[in-house]
Amino acid sequence: MRGNTYLYILVMAGVTYMIRLIPLIFMRKEIRNVYLKSFLYYVPYVTLAVMTFPAILSATASLWSALAGFSVALILAYRGGSLFKVSILACLSVFIIELMV
Amino acid sequence: MSNKIIPWKNGIKDGIPIALGYFAVSFTFGIVANKAGMTPFQAVFMSAANLTSAGQFGALALIGTSATYLEMALTQLVINLRYCLMSCSLSQKFEAGAGWPHRFLVAFGVTDEIFGVSVCKEGKLNPFYNYGLMSVSIPGWMLGTFCGVVSGEILPARIISALSVALYGMFIAVIVPPAKGNKLLTGIISSSMLLSLLFAQIPILSQISQGFKIIILTVVIAGIAAILFPVKEAAHER
Repeated sequence: MRGNTYLYILVMAGVTYMIRLIPLIFMRKEIRNVYLKSFLYYVPYVTLAVMTFPAILSATASLWSALAGFSVALILAYRGGSLFKVSILACLSVFIIELMV
Repeated sequence: MSNKIIPWKNGIKDGIPIALGYFAVSFTFGIVANKAGMTPFQAVFMSAANLTSAGQFGALALIGTSATYLEMALTQLVINLRYCLMSCSLSQKFEAGAGWPHRFLVAFGVTDEIFGVSVCKEGKLNPFYNYGLMSVSIPGWMLGTFCGVVSGEILPARIISALSVALYGMFIAVIVPPAKGNKLLTGIISSSMLLSLLFAQIPILSQISQGFKIIILTVVIAGIAAILFPVKEAAHER
């Protein structure tokens, strides 16, 4: 099947791109319905929260380093740290905890 | 000019953590792709053309079992359907003047991370901000793939482990600040995390794939929240 690898890649790329593109093309007008608007407003918060937790707990080599990274990110984000700062310091705290464990 | 250059530069800045996180994830993808018998070019090509972690890992499994193209198409549809929801949300953020070419280009970069960062930006969305995000995160995704395929031993496991939280750290930096002092958003975020944990723990529910879990929980929680707490005009623009 080696020869078909590129076809597989093109098929998956086509499907994935269409999923992303179709709503952007067909939803050009601003939605007036307050419930639909609210729904779309809440979407990112729910999606990102669901993706983050509990997945973050199993992302690193140990639960403890993951918890450290999670807590550091929560605290820094609460204090209004930038994306870059929160993200890097979460990584750094995982690294330090794993050096110690 | 400056309404293109400045958002683009901001996008690059906010895209750096995405690129770091992508590097860690795609590095792992590269290692798996190598084991699955892909050449470095094929793996990097797949990363460049798809920009989707779960979809690409799934594809490796399918190629390994010589699946049909239809199976490949359907699997990608299921795994990546959440992007549809994200594009719907993103479509409402677009500046009125943003024409077709911008929509085609921005669509290519609708990933969990680029979506998350751009949709939570205040005010209307300037496509050049997305281009900035894409212009660092896509190379990060491709470079990680390449390094992973070529050698699994370039980076020590510790570094990969540490970089693995970069994306989650970023998600937290996106959702926590608006929730500060906002009981409603705090409640929505907490219940989302709690239900997500339940989905991961309860035996029957834990068999649902990650992609579907995201869709189900998003539709249910955001739907209930929208019915119970419809947002007023002013709040939507924040």
